[in-house]
Amino acid sequence: MKVRLADRPGALAWIFLMPSVVYIIALVAVPFFLAIGFALSDVTAGDPSFDWVGLRNFERAFDDPVFWRSLGNTFIFTIVSMVLVVLLGKVLANILVAQFKGKWIVRFLVLLPWTTPVALSSISWLWLLDSIFSPIDWVMRQIGMLGSQDALIKPDRNMYWLGEPGLAMASVIAVHVWRLTPLAAVIMVAGLVAIPRDLDEAARVDGAGYWRRMFEVTIPMVLPVAAVAALFGAIFTFTDMAVVDVLTNGGPNNATQVLTSWAFFRGIDGGDVGQGAAIALFLFPLLLAAAIAILQAVKRMEVR
Amino acid sequence: MAVVEVKNLIKEYPGGAGRRRPHDRGAVRAVDGIDLATEEGEYLVLLGPSGCGKTTLLRTIAGLEQPTSGDVLIDGHIVTGLPPRARQVAMVFQSYALYPHKSVYANIVFPLRAAKVPKEERDRKVQWAAALLDIGHLLGRKPRQLSGGERQRVALARALVREPKVFLLDEPLSNLDAKLRASARDELKRFQQEVGTTTIYVTHDQVEAMGLGDRIAVLSQGRIRQVGPPSEVYDNPADTFVATFIGSPPMNLVPRDDVIVGFRPEHLLPASAVPEDQAVTIRLAVDRVEFLSGDRHVYGTALGIGEPTRVVARLPATLDVAVPVGEEHEFAVARERLRFFATDTGKRTEAVERP
Repeated sequence: MKVRLADRPGALAWIFLMPSVVYIIALVAVPFFLAIGFALSDVTAGDPSFDWVGLRNFERAFDDPVFWRSLGNTFIFTIVSMVLVVLLGKVLANILVAQFKGKWIVRFLVLLPWTTPVALSSISWLWLLDSIFSPIDWVMRQIGMLGSQDALIKPDRNMYWLGEPGLAMASVIAVHVWRLTPLAAVIMVAGLVAIPRDLDEAARVDGAGYWRRMFEVTIPMVLPVAAVAALFGAIFTFTDMAVVDVLTNGGPNNATQVLTSWAFFRGIDGGDVGQGAAIALFLFPLLLAAAIAILQAVKRMEVR
Repeated sequence: MAVVEVKNLIKEYPGGAGRRRPHDRGAVRAVDGIDLATEEGEYLVLLGPSGCGKTTLLRTIAGLEQPTSGDVLIDGHIVTGLPPRARQVAMVFQSYALYPHKSVYANIVFPLRAAKVPKEERDRKVQWAAALLDIGHLLGRKPRQLSGGERQRVALARALVREPKVFLLDEPLSNLDAKLRASARDELKRFQQEVGTTTIYVTHDQVEAMGLGDRIAVLSQGRIRQVGPPSEVYDNPADTFVATFIGSPPMNLVPRDDVIVGFRPEHLLPASAVPEDQAVTIRLAVDRVEFLSGDRHVYGTALGIGEPTRVVARLPATLDVAVPVGEEHEFAVARERLRFFATDTGKRTEAVERP
């Protein structure tokens, strides 16, 4: 009998691994090192010749106040979105595990935002938040919050959701939260149903009320899972530029500019590839930290 | 200490396929009209095969399940509609249900914090319970760092600290290995005698039930078959279910005309070992003999007392009579050891002499 290929685990392992190795090298490693190379060069869209310029791209980025603004906005978006996503995700998860009539339709509706392509949903939100024809403003006018002298919020006919710096930021955060909450909820449902029912019942017999059970039993038990949900969400928010790009294009006056969108504007729209790469590289250490945190949380779950 | 009473308790679950339509037929009656009362400070064991409704009954007493109809009374007060925390009961779960993220100390103190006991008193009570169960040195550990026996004691301590009116124990020994189970059973009994709290204990293990219970309630299919002290349930079973569920090997049942004659294997002895004046003779066609830790279990067909039926005799180690396999042998049962059951209902009847 001949030893066949199927009998050689070493060779098989390489054959099966090859597609993902090729994928990672071609679409992750090469672009990453290319980005480092570009960041240290004066490559532009008009002049693709590679000339070494050292750290000049970074110095120029640091001198630009918009860069710092983008960095700060990135953190604000990510942190505020994640706090809201985890809170709402937990509430939604509780609704999803509860037993009631019409449960399936609620589940379906809850998961819908996650299944919509981000570009499509962002465009729908762009219409919802339109400065003149916004249906949200129309509703607010109808219930007397806008558009008359004695209106609750202001007499103008419109809120200009994407025109006022504060409102624009709130809108972008709201859309992020709307998009990511279902994912967080589903992850947390997995965590919730994994809690043995005995524990909740033991706490009930031990005399604990709803809130004590929630804060002393349920939440500590889903914490590792919630951490994973938060970190996944953070990475999604951190690296996402579709929402910002579609809704505000970074405006008004860079009020909603984030690192990804700023790198895109400088590197692609502006043609300054070197500086775009330098800005984009700032995502790397932050994402690395998030990835390590995720792996740590997963490890903690395995120990338990 | 308290008296727990259930009155005409019924618990129905909607049938599996009809879950979406609760009024569908096929509802399962887990508890089917149970009346039962403990005595003050009693150790009452609910014994029955799996699916007999014993755990449902216990959970209904705890308040974790709402009965379909009927009432639960603790100390004469109806607590049927009250949540578990208003009932002053403590429960030990089969899995122990310790909070895995809390230390042993935090686990034990949890019911006291829920009851808003002042901090100093909380601490004192935890130390008292820990000392009683000999787990003082474990207070700083997490449940996953404990052995099965230690977890069980922590669960007991958590039930104990609040000084509840009633302990409810749901098969607390079933997760322990055989050796530990024997010593834990002994500890459970001593512990209950020490604190004197009314205890309801659910098990499917007749050895546990016999060893622990002041009284045993035997359940089957959601109904109580018999309530009584272990010796009573063993010696005078109320029906054929109890007769065959309790005892290992179970009571021999031999159909004769319109009654069933029952006798325990240990009372079926070679004729020479039974006093002649009260012996009821049975011929036994022996087909197998087992030696089990000294005793001999003799399997064969009983002839001459009713229809030919396979029975078991348990001969004590002290009896030296030879019982060759493949032969008929003269056996006998003392007349006072015979029990009679009606063929149609399975219930105990008066002794019936042979016509």
